[in-house]
Amino acid sequence: MKYEFWFAGIRGIPVWKKIHLHEYMKSAEAVYYIEETQLRKMEFLNEEEQNKILQAKKREDFKEQYDKMKEKGIRFILWSSPEYPRRLKEITDYPYALYVKGNLPDENRKAAAVIGARRCTPYGEKYAIDFARALAGCGVEIISGMARGVDGMGHRGALMGGGRTFAVLGSGVDVCYPKEHIGLYVDILEQGGGIISEQQPGTAPLPQYFPARNRIISGLSDAVLVMEAGERSGSLITVDMALEQGRDVYALPGPVNSTLSGGCNRLIHQGAGILMSPEALLEEWEIRDSGQHRCGRNTGKNEKKLESAEKLVYSCLGLYPKNVDQLAAETELNVNEVVELLVSLELQGYAREISKNYYISQA
Amino acid sequence: MSFSTILSASIEGLGVEMVRVEADVSNGLPVFHMVGYLSSEVKEAGERVRTAIKNSGYDYPPKRTVINLSPATLRKRGASFDLPIATAILASLGQIDVSRRGKCLVIGELGLDGRVRKVPGILPVVMEARKQGITCCIVPRENAAEGALIREMKVIGVETLTETAEFFSGKEITAADVCGNKRKKTGEERPDFSEIRGQENVKRAAEIAVSGGHNLLMIGPPGSGKSMTAKCIAGILPPLEMEESLEITKIYSVLGMVDEEEPLIQNRPFREVHHTATKAALIGGGIIPRPGEISLAHGGVLYLDELPEFRKSVLEVLRQPLEERNIQISRSYGKYSFPANFILVGAMNPCPCGGYPDMEKCTCTPAQIQNYLSRISRPFLDRIDLCAEASRVKYENLTDRRKGESSAEIRERVCRVREVQKKRYQGTKILNNAMLSGKDLDTYCELGDTEKKLMEQAFSVMGLTARAYHRIIKTARTIADMDSAENIRVKHLKEALGYRMVDGKYWRR
Repeated sequence: MKYEFWFAGIRGIPVWKKIHLHEYMKSAEAVYYIEETQLRKMEFLNEEEQNKILQAKKREDFKEQYDKMKEKGIRFILWSSPEYPRRLKEITDYPYALYVKGNLPDENRKAAAVIGARRCTPYGEKYAIDFARALAGCGVEIISGMARGVDGMGHRGALMGGGRTFAVLGSGVDVCYPKEHIGLYVDILEQGGGIISEQQPGTAPLPQYFPARNRIISGLSDAVLVMEAGERSGSLITVDMALEQGRDVYALPGPVNSTLSGGCNRLIHQGAGILMSPEALLEEWEIRDSGQHRCGRNTGKNEKKLESAEKLVYSCLGLYPKNVDQLAAETELNVNEVVELLVSLELQGYAREISKNYYISQA
Repeated sequence: MSFSTILSASIEGLGVEMVRVEADVSNGLPVFHMVGYLSSEVKEAGERVRTAIKNSGYDYPPKRTVINLSPATLRKRGASFDLPIATAILASLGQIDVSRRGKCLVIGELGLDGRVRKVPGILPVVMEARKQGITCCIVPRENAAEGALIREMKVIGVETLTETAEFFSGKEITAADVCGNKRKKTGEERPDFSEIRGQENVKRAAEIAVSGGHNLLMIGPPGSGKSMTAKCIAGILPPLEMEESLEITKIYSVLGMVDEEEPLIQNRPFREVHHTATKAALIGGGIIPRPGEISLAHGGVLYLDELPEFRKSVLEVLRQPLEERNIQISRSYGKYSFPANFILVGAMNPCPCGGYPDMEKCTCTPAQIQNYLSRISRPFLDRIDLCAEASRVKYENLTDRRKGESSAEIRERVCRVREVQKKRYQGTKILNNAMLSGKDLDTYCELGDTEKKLMEQAFSVMGLTARAYHRIIKTARTIADMDSAENIRVKHLKEALGYRMVDGKYWRR
């Protein structure tokens, strides 16, 4: 496997050429010991790619690196391995090899990718959690990229639902990016999920690796759920790849005046599935809903408990943050009254202060 | 008579040390000696004094002159000893008789033509002189009004050395009169609260802050009127009492910042400090420590705009004065204490671009926001009682012709609330609710059962710290006073909780 590890580490050669060469030479070891004259004769490789292989042969530390990887408990799964995900193999440019920490998704279960912008509103956050939680609670496995914003919330939701979730990284699997998600990283592994990457361990998260990472996210999934994406969001690249790979694409509708939902709304306009509720999605996939993870507003909370003035303020709250001043104008109450009522709602768990004096409703 | 002595004074920090100026003119080689631990500007006085005496038309025979400034252990600085030295020399020469006017204090700088120039620190000098039982102070004419603020003292303003000599020879000069000190009506134009459209929550927070002397942090996007609100705050500060006025004027006097015609500071100071300020500029400093901005803001407001732009170390030095309400500056030769009881008003954007929490507008990455906010340390934020976030100004607000409450109306309410506090804290050193210590809270801010329950709930739901808890109770006390309530009720606590300082949870982003 060490020579395969060496071969997988060569950058700048398209995956199909790597596999072709591997199959032609019967093994990666043979590729390593190939004569220069023989390599030069291979016409499907251009000169640059030939040079890359020759140069890589000079690399001597790969055996140590391989051992080190094994020590860290990172698995190295070649495309020809029976463990290699079936779904991923359906796509045209599946990776030559995967590095995996923890597990790979279960082939017999549905897998859904929860994706969206890093810069998201509380609305996107909430529904990423809600959908992931409900789906994971019914055995659907959640795939995402562990980025800030929607991605992270998708993983969190899945963990809350008690399900397994898988993070596909643009860096090596032993590099936690962003750093603040280290808790999430640990939790994903603890709950039986996995961290997956195409990059060798230790690789830094460089921007150019991320589009390639996105094709694995959609490739591992049966469906892609876009929670919140602007018109020019990177999530739409994933959507394009998902469509090429023949995956179902669903989008969460947002307010027409929200630019951060513009991409989602356009996807729906173009024919993507609309995310109304996790239940509807589960029905479509013919998965029985255990009923434990209902989605939607006010689960287990009764608005009737509130006083009438509190109700008035609560009715003005939404998932887009509103300032105290704005709420005072809408309810026509004095600002000191509104502040009191908001604190009451906050203490009872109906509202959340998202930034100073800015509130959103909380179910 | 060849020997004579006269009293003068030296400023040390905000304190005053009495200095005895001795002169001896006797036969011998014509030299001019000055002794008594003098700095170079005092040594230069010799040239000024001799020339001024000559140019004032007095005969100065070539004799041996020795000047001593006592106590010899005290370092003397500044040009304020010119006039007493000249007076002492004239007395030694027998030109004037200084004993005639009783116990006199003389202070002032001399020009070569014999004209007397103004010097800083007259007010504290006159105050100290009164304490020492001196009956008459001779000060530069330009400083006379300032000295005359102390009514029990006869303060003579002189314009020339000749005039000083004539006074000692018996010529009557009317003492400067405090009544002649008319109040100028031309005060600088300040914006009025009625001109601020919307931002009701920020206005409310500002009123609470001023009513109870609490520190306030305003967060808001650029152009939401934070700076304007801060300037309006100056207009709702309660009036000063005479004692406070004198205390503040003293600080300004030492720095030579007192107006000639209207020396008494009658409005509470409002000091705006730019974020490039150094530590020394803010808290005071120098070889001989001088008061800094926080002392100039004593009794008033210190306004720091763009709080995260301040150097972190500069903000950190504010921590101690915010707690102690004075600042101690230590030097190898002594310790100086300056008063610094001020309301801190800070302003900042919610994130570098100013758009947060509106994600449509905000273009910052979480790391950028985190970086921006972490420039202010938690211990510093812990010292802020109230925090309010201004919203983006909407078009409807701008075109709204309805006027809000005027500053005068708000000020009236503030004064009433301050009266309530004054009455409550009579006989103690506490001036307002913000000055209550943890121990005082039990005495003045007792909570009922329902109120305690609320705070218990808030503690767990909002994750308050002990320090935050005390600040909320103090703020609630002020809100209750504004509501004319004897005891703190649930609604007061709730409002105080609504304006509590943001804690770690919200600063995560």
